[in-house]
Amino acid sequence: MENDIVNLQYALDTFYFLVSGALVMWMAAGFAMLESGLVRAKNTTEILTKNVCLYAVACTMYLLTGYTIMYGGSEGGIFPDAWFGNSIANATTEEVLASGGDTYYSGASDFFFQVVFVATAMSIVSGAVAERMKLWAFLAFAIVMTGFIYPMQGMWKWGGGFLDAAGFQDFAGSGIVHLCGATAALAGVLLLGPRKGKYTKDGKAVAIPGANMPLAALGMFILWMGWFGFNGGSELMVSTIDEANAVSTVFVNTNAAACGGLLAALLTAHFLFGKADLTMAVNGALAGLVAITAEPLNWTAIPATLVGAVGGVLVVFAVIFMDKIKIDDPVGAISVHGVVGIWGLLAVCLSSNADATLVGQLLGIVTIFVWVFVTSLIVWAILKAVMGIRVSEQDEYDGVDLSECGMEAYPEFVSSK
Amino acid sequence: MKMITAVIKPFKLDDVRETLAGIGVQGVTVTEVKGFGRQKGHTELYRGAEYVVDFLPKVKIEVALPESMVEGAVEAILNSARTGKIGDGKIFISDLLEVIRIRTGETGDEAI
Repeated sequence: MENDIVNLQYALDTFYFLVSGALVMWMAAGFAMLESGLVRAKNTTEILTKNVCLYAVACTMYLLTGYTIMYGGSEGGIFPDAWFGNSIANATTEEVLASGGDTYYSGASDFFFQVVFVATAMSIVSGAVAERMKLWAFLAFAIVMTGFIYPMQGMWKWGGGFLDAAGFQDFAGSGIVHLCGATAALAGVLLLGPRKGKYTKDGKAVAIPGANMPLAALGMFILWMGWFGFNGGSELMVSTIDEANAVSTVFVNTNAAACGGLLAALLTAHFLFGKADLTMAVNGALAGLVAITAEPLNWTAIPATLVGAVGGVLVVFAVIFMDKIKIDDPVGAISVHGVVGIWGLLAVCLSSNADATLVGQLLGIVTIFVWVFVTSLIVWAILKAVMGIRVSEQDEYDGVDLSECGMEAYPEFVSSK
Repeated sequence: MKMITAVIKPFKLDDVRETLAGIGVQGVTVTEVKGFGRQKGHTELYRGAEYVVDFLPKVKIEVALPESMVEGAVEAILNSARTGKIGDGKIFISDLLEVIRIRTGETGDEAI
């Protein structure tokens, strides 16, 4: 009877990991749709190519090196025990039963759940560098980011490293995934420069409207749905009454924060611009989701809504501020994932999470930012020197669909030779 | 023979087409265009950055007609395309040197 329960819990929790992982994988489609909706038609094929390729690169690099780095370290440590190799291992039935339920999910399901988070972090970068970066430079960066940069800082918290030992709290990755991705994006954008014609000589931002609002809205909804796996799965277990309750709370809070973020951003944009800006509403929902990701459990739904709402207000001002300092981010990735990622990590201190400390959170924020920014800057700089990271002015004008992919997204007037 | 080119508001296309058919016009060519006359555009905001939309969507209709039908067609277009509000459009009349039907090779008034 005892064994039956262990069997059942193992199966249920493994299933839960797998389904949650599949939901997070679906976020890759969300990013692809969101980004292709917010860039111009002539750059659509290229950003889609970036998105489909980075998912494959992320999964492969994490398999080759990342997972081993991230989960092979010693407790409280800085360096992993191993750097290469496929370390996925399922426990046998005997081992699981002998553990009395301590081992309650399959090793492969753990890898699957983790690998999709890496892809999410990497896809944050693709939006910020859109419309002017060389495709292969981006993919080269993705190899290093997903195989090394992300796993190292992931190890320091989720792999039991020194950030975890210091009490840094990050439930599902406001820091480890979102701030990480946004910081890598920031480093890239600083070396890349803004799109031609984005800023006038006197520093005013020129509007470069996205080509497809339906895709952008679709992307937001896909990301929202995937986030239930992102936050929900990060509870890591569902097969007891306590855990099922916790997971339910996480789903409710995640949804509430997204709603709060969307409405707050919509209202903020309305007061600032006098119009209901759809792209700001979309960014607001995502900001709400990022904000709650560090702590989707330890509040009730109304405070969770407010946490998301603060994120929604922040993101509108952040987008405007980025343009003021001439950091060109076509989709607002740095604002949504970086600025609000930091808010999400700080907000944990306001929750009923008794283990959160301001010092712990600040240590996490600074560590992640400095590590990712410095290593990313180095990689981007090497790529810039060796192969160049920006397309030529003519290619940028004609559209990167032609220069990087040789294929238009919306072809017209084509004829065979 | 004359070529009548009319730039009208897009939602007036069906009215104009029906009225022209009513006076015996056999065929028209229609293009979606953008343009402005004395009707000004407007300002929009995208993520806080202002941009101006000067060009407004219009529809251009081109009809080839024998001399005798021109006055009637102009009357028809004026009545069906007019709203009385700014931006109603314009009618241009130009001389047509030749018309040829591709299928049969007919020319002149028979080809219209």
